[in-house]
Amino acid sequence: MSNRIIINTVINGEPTEFLADERDSLLEALRERIGLTGVKEGCNNGNCGACAVIMDGRLVNSCLVLAAETEGANITTVEGLAKGGELTPLQQTFLEDAALQCGICTPGFLVAATALLEQNPHPSEHEIRYWLAGNLCRCTGYDKIIRAVQHAAERSA
Amino acid sequence: MQDVTYRRPATLQEAVQLLKDNGPTARVLAGGTDIIVMARERRRDTSMFVDIKAIPELTGIRFDASEGLTLGAATPLYQIYRNETIQRLYPCLVDSASLIGGTAVQGRASFGGNLCNAGPAADSIPSLIVLEGKARIVGPNGERTVAVEDFCTAPGRNVLEAGEILVSLSFPAPQPNSGARFLRFIPRNEMDIAVVNAATSLRFEGNNVVAARIAIGAVAPRPLFVPAAGAALVGKPLTDESIAAAASASRDAATPIDDMRGSVRQRKHLSYVLTERTIRDAAHRARGEALEH
Repeated sequence: MSNRIIINTVINGEPTEFLADERDSLLEALRERIGLTGVKEGCNNGNCGACAVIMDGRLVNSCLVLAAETEGANITTVEGLAKGGELTPLQQTFLEDAALQCGICTPGFLVAATALLEQNPHPSEHEIRYWLAGNLCRCTGYDKIIRAVQHAAERSA
Repeated sequence: MQDVTYRRPATLQEAVQLLKDNGPTARVLAGGTDIIVMARERRRDTSMFVDIKAIPELTGIRFDASEGLTLGAATPLYQIYRNETIQRLYPCLVDSASLIGGTAVQGRASFGGNLCNAGPAADSIPSLIVLEGKARIVGPNGERTVAVEDFCTAPGRNVLEAGEILVSLSFPAPQPNSGARFLRFIPRNEMDIAVVNAATSLRFEGNNVVAARIAIGAVAPRPLFVPAAGAALVGKPLTDESIAAAASASRDAATPIDDMRGSVRQRKHLSYVLTERTIRDAAHRARGEALEH
């Protein structure tokens, strides 16, 4: 029986205390213990990016982080992007540009692209493609995704 | 994942004690991008994660103009390639750090973890070798220092003894008129394992090359330091002939395998080509010139 521990974090701006097994990944804790099911499990080994979250200002795959490591951390998931029910420019351009098909990769792409635009508000296409190389889309919607990120960047000009 | 306990020691002594007391299934956790997957998939029997990121010596970047550069072994890659001192003085480290994994992996993965995993195709190790990296190791019997080229012993194997921790990687201060470059060949643009990789460091006095170190990866059971390739360049101006001799020495030193990523013939050829290109780029950097790509 794995030990249970109490973890104190700030998730999407809210102080959040939760109970987790010491073996739990952050992905498991977010989905199963906190109910933030916008975070998706794709490969569970760091290749697909569907579980991407921003942790203390850096993009990470939550399947490659232990929940126990997040004591004191500040975490943003896809649920934390829209404020007061209002979509961010990036979420808006994903809709307008139809930058998704089945949608399971979308939360990871939104979080990863949000992290990109925070540190580089006007990235080149090359920079966007390299930054998002760790996010896989099986519906092969990459071109629309890249365009949506470019349009969001233009809108915040 | 099997049942594990998680510990986050604040000091090296405490971490060494935890590893000693809990045996080989107690695993050091740095960025976790490999060990968490291996534990989850039961490829490494794991009873405890010893998270070493709260130990001051294990993280951070310290530079001194006479002492050189020291990287905490668990410093994440994104901090390395965003560091202005490293960008200016050790661009070869940026070459490696910026193409290991994707962005989310670079947020966690470290040179120390890449080195300890001892993968033959590891993309940091040729750079660490040519920059004369020294690995500081602390364990139950005290402290020792190992040159990076001697750290890996076989695929997935390294010189660490039970209870030992790789603490930091140190590099001498860059000499005037020196430069280094790392390149990797993969069949796509990013996010892949090297078919072959290579790094070269050069130092000039006047027109003559006075020091050269060359290392290649994915062509032997461990990343390969090739002294004969460097020796082919030293004591003379850099010419097409000396570059060809160095590249040939790399090709001759390579003992690759055939696998799904490449054939023996292709890997031997790439050892030559990447050695040549890293030499030319290292020379550009030594002269303060921009690279063409």
